[in-house]
Amino acid sequence: MRQVYLDHIAATPLDPQALEAMLPFLQDKFGNPQSLHSAGQEALGALEDARSRVAGLIGAEDSEVYFTSNGSEANNFALKGMAMARRDKGNHLVLSAIEHQSILHSAKSLERSGFCSTLVPVDKNGVVDPEDVKNAIRKDTVLVSVILASSEVGTVEPVAEIGRFCRAAGVSLHTDAVAAVGNIPVDVRDLGVDALSLAADQFYGPKGSGALFVRKGVRILPFIDGGIQEGGRRAGTENVAGIVGMGKAAEIARMKMPERQDRMKVLRDRLIETLPKRVDRAYLTGHPEKRLPHHASFCVEFIEGEGMLLHLDMKGIAVSSGSACTSRALKASHVLLAMGIDHALAQGSLVFSLIDRTTSEDIDYLLDVLPPVIDRLRKMSPLYTKFLEDNQK
Amino acid sequence: MIYTDKVMDHFQNPRNVGVIKDADGTGKVGNPVCGDMMTFTIKVKDDKLDDIKFQTFGCGAAIAVSSIVSEIAMGKTLNEAMKITNELVAEELGGLPKNKLHCSNLGADALHAAIADYRKKQVPGKTEVSQESEKCYCPYCEGPVEGLETACTACHIELEECPHCGGLTKKGEEKCAKCGADLEPV
Repeated sequence: MRQVYLDHIAATPLDPQALEAMLPFLQDKFGNPQSLHSAGQEALGALEDARSRVAGLIGAEDSEVYFTSNGSEANNFALKGMAMARRDKGNHLVLSAIEHQSILHSAKSLERSGFCSTLVPVDKNGVVDPEDVKNAIRKDTVLVSVILASSEVGTVEPVAEIGRFCRAAGVSLHTDAVAAVGNIPVDVRDLGVDALSLAADQFYGPKGSGALFVRKGVRILPFIDGGIQEGGRRAGTENVAGIVGMGKAAEIARMKMPERQDRMKVLRDRLIETLPKRVDRAYLTGHPEKRLPHHASFCVEFIEGEGMLLHLDMKGIAVSSGSACTSRALKASHVLLAMGIDHALAQGSLVFSLIDRTTSEDIDYLLDVLPPVIDRLRKMSPLYTKFLEDNQK
Repeated sequence: MIYTDKVMDHFQNPRNVGVIKDADGTGKVGNPVCGDMMTFTIKVKDDKLDDIKFQTFGCGAAIAVSSIVSEIAMGKTLNEAMKITNELVAEELGGLPKNKLHCSNLGADALHAAIADYRKKQVPGKTEVSQESEKCYCPYCEGPVEGLETACTACHIELEECPHCGGLTKKGEEKCAKCGADLEPV
């Protein structure tokens, strides 16, 4: 059976070159970067080399990159570390309503330590208005965090503009760029951010590797207390192989980005254009143009996402959904709800995220397989029956 | 796969899908906010379920549950059908993931609501309200919660009642887990 993987946002295959770069550090070159002997120094060299490659991907200096174990850790590190370091200045945070759980739940955790936060709304395309961020900033605001690109609806946010407001107000700005880095050009100076989170598994690197950029001179408290690793801010023996793999993947992403983007954009746009023609009452979610090059997301009316996901899986197609049933918490996506999509429609969410090996035939296959799946589920749906009855009247 | 073969069989080949036009009883449970909604229509002959049809808006488990409930209940007397429990439904399916157990509640509830509707119609003036569908479940661990308790006895999460729909939500949440209404910050 044809296998079509369209869930890039959840995972990417490891680039063979990244794997090759990692293997020696899982085998013979097992030294600890903190050891003074040659084996240790060899590992340290590889670690610093990887730091340089990751820094190169986002226009940072090497010393501004701190390795973490994933994007969620980077987000926790930024939010908690930067907020706590500014506690004497104030206790207010400004976040967008469509942040990842690792930001929203970090903020909740900070609220237990006396912080409070304002959630800035988004428009129907999931775009944050920089003016709203500006207006939400108060005298006691110590940190703003706005996602660079949403993994659920693909919308790319005007972070550079938000950065200008934050600088003018003298407030630190963090961006969760996990879904963006490696997929679209990201430059920390152009964005004007003080901190930025990224993860290797979004650009063909290994899982278990992420990083936080912290601009030189920006105060942040250590996230893991212990030894001197990562400048004492994130202690613990480094995941050398994972970091080396991330470095290699970052280097490749930098080189191949224009080519990858162009290829995937063509396929994405065909999907965005064709799917609503083949399926009645299926709506694009997120911004039609300002979106990730590999991301197409929809809400299909009258049915629920998990049913579609399971049927597609049986046909060899891997996708994801933001429906309540596919999340363990059984709640509809807060991102879709924040965009003003009603609960019933939000349940019919489908997210397609392409990878560099996605072909035109893969998209054709999806477009052939999906409409009958939707028909089948709609025939079972009391909401669809009601819609047909109402239409007859 | 997160589901058993039996669940997948009923999901892929659901039995008794549809709506009976001149039904003797109709039962509806759930709403799209929770992610699941089921309707059962029944035909009754000699106090037995002569025909059952269902429609479901919901996940794979919800579809499989509705299908197997209709299969188990077909031909049974109304009293027998009223004894179908959510535990039996989950067992017949070879088990359900923990966070999908509430789907088995809905299936039995929808059938029971249809039977209650039929019985109500048989006795003019008598109003028999199905208590089943009013039962509360912890939205986090799906364990049954008797009335309003401050905490779920199974997972110990602190709960409070939504003033809009009466559903239970974790204390301190901004939105009701059942109806999505904004809750006053504590």
